[in-house]
Amino acid sequence: MKVKVLSRNPDDYVRETKHDIQRVPRNYDPSLHPFEVSREYTRALNATKLERVFAKPFLASLDGHRDGVNCLAKHPRSLSTLLSGSCDGEVKVWNLTKHECVRTLQAHEGFVRGMVVRHCGTSFFTIGDDKTIKHWKMEAPGYGEEEEPLNTILGKAVFTGLDHHQKNAVFATCGHQVDIWDEQRSTPIRSFTWGVDSFSSVRFNPVETELLGSCASDRSIVLYDMRESTPLKKVIMTMRTNTISWNPMEAYYFTCANEDYNLYTYDMRHLENPVKVHIDHVSAVLDVDYSPTGREFVSASFDKTIRIFPKDSANSREVYHTKRMQHVICVKWSADNKYVLSGSDEMNIRLWKANAAEKLGVLSPREKQAIHYSQKLKEKFQHHPQIKRIARHRHLPKVIYHQKNELKVMKEARRRKYVSSFIFFYFLQAAQGRNDGNPPLPSFKGEVAIWASARVKV
Amino acid sequence: MASPGEANANVSHVEKKKKRPVRYWQGTEGKAKDDSKTEGQPEQQKRQQNRIKKKRKRDEQPDGGKKVISGKSDPFPGPPPIPKGKLEKFKRKGEIQKPLQHHYKLKDIITRSEEASEMAQKQAARFDLLLPEDAGFLEGDEDEDTCMISQEDIADAVDITSGAKHFNLKLCQFGPYRLDYSRTGRHLLLGGRRGHVACVDWQSKQLMCELNVMESVNDVKWLHTEHMFAVAQKKWLYIYDSNGIELHCIRKFNDVLRMQFLPYHFLLATASATGFLQYLDVSVGKEVAAICTKTGRLDVMCQNPHNAVIHLGHPNGTVTLWSPNQKEALVKMLCHQGGVRSVTVDKTGTYMITSGMDKKMKVFDIRAFKPLRSYFLPTGASCLSLSQRGLLSAATGDIVQVYRDVWSTPVTKPYMAHRVRGSVWGLGFCPFEDVLGVGHGEGFTSMLIPGAGEPNFDGLDANPYRSAKQRQEWEVKALLEKIQPELITLDPSELGYVDRATFEQRHQDRVEALGFDPLGKEKFVPKHKKKGRSSAAGIERRKRQVAHEDQRDVIRKTVEDRMKLEEERNRMKEKKAALSGKRSALDRFKK
Repeated sequence: MKVKVLSRNPDDYVRETKHDIQRVPRNYDPSLHPFEVSREYTRALNATKLERVFAKPFLASLDGHRDGVNCLAKHPRSLSTLLSGSCDGEVKVWNLTKHECVRTLQAHEGFVRGMVVRHCGTSFFTIGDDKTIKHWKMEAPGYGEEEEPLNTILGKAVFTGLDHHQKNAVFATCGHQVDIWDEQRSTPIRSFTWGVDSFSSVRFNPVETELLGSCASDRSIVLYDMRESTPLKKVIMTMRTNTISWNPMEAYYFTCANEDYNLYTYDMRHLENPVKVHIDHVSAVLDVDYSPTGREFVSASFDKTIRIFPKDSANSREVYHTKRMQHVICVKWSADNKYVLSGSDEMNIRLWKANAAEKLGVLSPREKQAIHYSQKLKEKFQHHPQIKRIARHRHLPKVIYHQKNELKVMKEARRRKYVSSFIFFYFLQAAQGRNDGNPPLPSFKGEVAIWASARVKV
Repeated sequence: MASPGEANANVSHVEKKKKRPVRYWQGTEGKAKDDSKTEGQPEQQKRQQNRIKKKRKRDEQPDGGKKVISGKSDPFPGPPPIPKGKLEKFKRKGEIQKPLQHHYKLKDIITRSEEASEMAQKQAARFDLLLPEDAGFLEGDEDEDTCMISQEDIADAVDITSGAKHFNLKLCQFGPYRLDYSRTGRHLLLGGRRGHVACVDWQSKQLMCELNVMESVNDVKWLHTEHMFAVAQKKWLYIYDSNGIELHCIRKFNDVLRMQFLPYHFLLATASATGFLQYLDVSVGKEVAAICTKTGRLDVMCQNPHNAVIHLGHPNGTVTLWSPNQKEALVKMLCHQGGVRSVTVDKTGTYMITSGMDKKMKVFDIRAFKPLRSYFLPTGASCLSLSQRGLLSAATGDIVQVYRDVWSTPVTKPYMAHRVRGSVWGLGFCPFEDVLGVGHGEGFTSMLIPGAGEPNFDGLDANPYRSAKQRQEWEVKALLEKIQPELITLDPSELGYVDRATFEQRHQDRVEALGFDPLGKEKFVPKHKKKGRSSAAGIERRKRQVAHEDQRDVIRKTVEDRMKLEEERNRMKEKKAALSGKRSALDRFKK
């Protein structure tokens, strides 16, 4: 007789001393782990719920301005530095880690319209309603020294926007025209106009560094090449665009914040149609900024909210609001892709997490792994109705909630009207015998085409 | 090839390409080459060799092996092969059918997820080789039957700790006994018919509690941990903790005869003498479902560990399958001619084994609901139990028989047999041990059945050696991922499939959105003609005419389509023929 009976040595399965970690022998045999899918689903559901529980995006509010914050500027070299300009001409430099203002200077009389830090990070430019461009040092003046700009240029008209070249000592302003300036000269080296209008914002392309985009008050977006004497391209929209922002990774895309509550992402090479229309805001969109990864962007709106959109999605992934935040004028995405900064009408700058449920601080490897796992699970089960519902749920202020519904109704009514007119047109053509089988207008949606053809058959 | 000297002569100061710097040994080589007058050839050969080497490096051909600096080649290059059977064990489902349309993003996602799952499968299979324990076995000498080997012989032959796992508890006062092992296999719960309830840490033989409930006990069951157990008493269902303190008396559950605990759902399913199947959620203490089965007294019950469906056996020979979400049985199977005495399901949820009053024991495939094998036992089996590795124990009177491979090969002899005192009342294999517990009229017997238990447990699921802290942690995690009772279905992986809305559903949505049916055909209503020309026969004729026309249209269309297809096929054939007829540039190398 040959016999073997299972006989385990407990020493192989129990830790030796109290100071060791517990031994966990694993066996991945699927038959020992029944209900795989249902358990994963439950885990995914829990992870989604926890994400909503931990979604506390608001981190800090930086107060100190005595008027609304009109512009923000990121420091290209230092993550903890932020510059802000307010409507009373004051510029503040902030230390974000300490949540405190490190320097205040009265830069202009009237609004500070634009601000940009030079690529080296040692100085910055401001423009204001007093028709001046000022060049400031980043360091605070020493004891007893007076706060003075390095250089002041007096322009002919009010400047409304400012951006600096990525590498060269060249910057661009806009106002009545788009001007390209050399830092060493007091007159623009080049000026662009296309019709009579005023411009509201100008931005350099981050990759093709000689290219610029600007938006004008005649509802147009104009692209320029700095090396040429005339503008490149122009697209005219139905309403005015407030700001544009280039995608830093795919720099042929840019997104513009429009007065008609929407954001439009364009491909620079094909301006006929936008690549994507981003809806969800219920009032004019005032500012937009891309994340450094180029996957998402944040938009600030007159409806007192900030929204974060994935670059190829029509709807926002996240909406941030507080009871006290008023119209958000400017917004920036921090260079480490973790935070969003917003400046609003009621004099505050707010610091938000870019990912609302993210845990800040150093994570242990096990924590990281758990987060990774739950993220993957959420991804896997994201289309299940219950999980989708929880993941999508956001609290909205009452006003915005109702306005959103109202807009939906309006949109539906417009669609219906369009469809009916379209069908009428179709019938008209059919009656006149000019129907060659193709619908005369681009079909609004697949359904309409089906409907129309069905009716014609009857 | 020009000699270095000549090359120097041609060099001018506006030379575009500078000559590559030459090392001293290369120079001498060149000279040597010049001397031997084998111009070009060695260089070419060298280049070729280099190319081959590079290619090898790129491909990492398994037969060639990678050259290391020492010049030795790896005799076992590449990743070690994995046995196919091992890989198959971890396979979840077949390959996903890729959509025919040009959904490049979807295709990409599918390929990537497939790659990931394949990698996981391989890793799991590799890891399988490292598992520390092997399963037990029992082999007789030639002309010795394994079923003739007595328990005492086995206990003597094995090591002392294993030998101690065979023991008898003589409890003749309150018998016969039912029993239940906890999910880790460390704890044993005994319930005597006449009120004796005891829980024991059976490996250390430590008594945790012992009480007499002063009532008849129908069944006992551990709940999710070894700290709570349920006892079905004469009237109500009671829950005790491991110290023997009564925690709950659940009056909603009366006359319970058999119980099953679904560990991943935290559900206690009870079958009562009044014909009710009830589910109790033990994590929140609520009744989840109460189903009136309308089949009389329910005293045969088991669970399918694969999908948490409850199987009930009935006196009319049927076995019914139940989930808490449905008031009717999911399946009704007629299994025996007499009543069903016992049912059990294997852990993969593939086979169900039943025994009946007709003295037969039958094996069913419960995925297809088909009988596989039928055995005749002279006395009939009163209790059945399956072990983790698929050994079947059947109690016939006072004899416990253990069978091996009941479903794959027709079995003639038992693997092991043992006679206990008094008729068997409860039977159960201990998880992760080679032990079979038998509860009978005279007490309890623990038998050694080599090869019954799963040798390697998973520490995160059911760990027999877990500490109190580990148990607490496990409990929290298990409660967090408690599966909702709504998810109990016959196919537990249903949740993971793509929900293809059926054509009807989609069509219905479309009809709703449009307000009419775009595919619907309008019914022909013949016009009513006056002056007596609308006779019933005429109407019918006109209808038939229209129908005929419609049919002709359909036929015409199908014929046209077929012609088109045929043409297309012919064109393709011609194209292919033309292509194959043409002489390709590479044809001259053909022999």
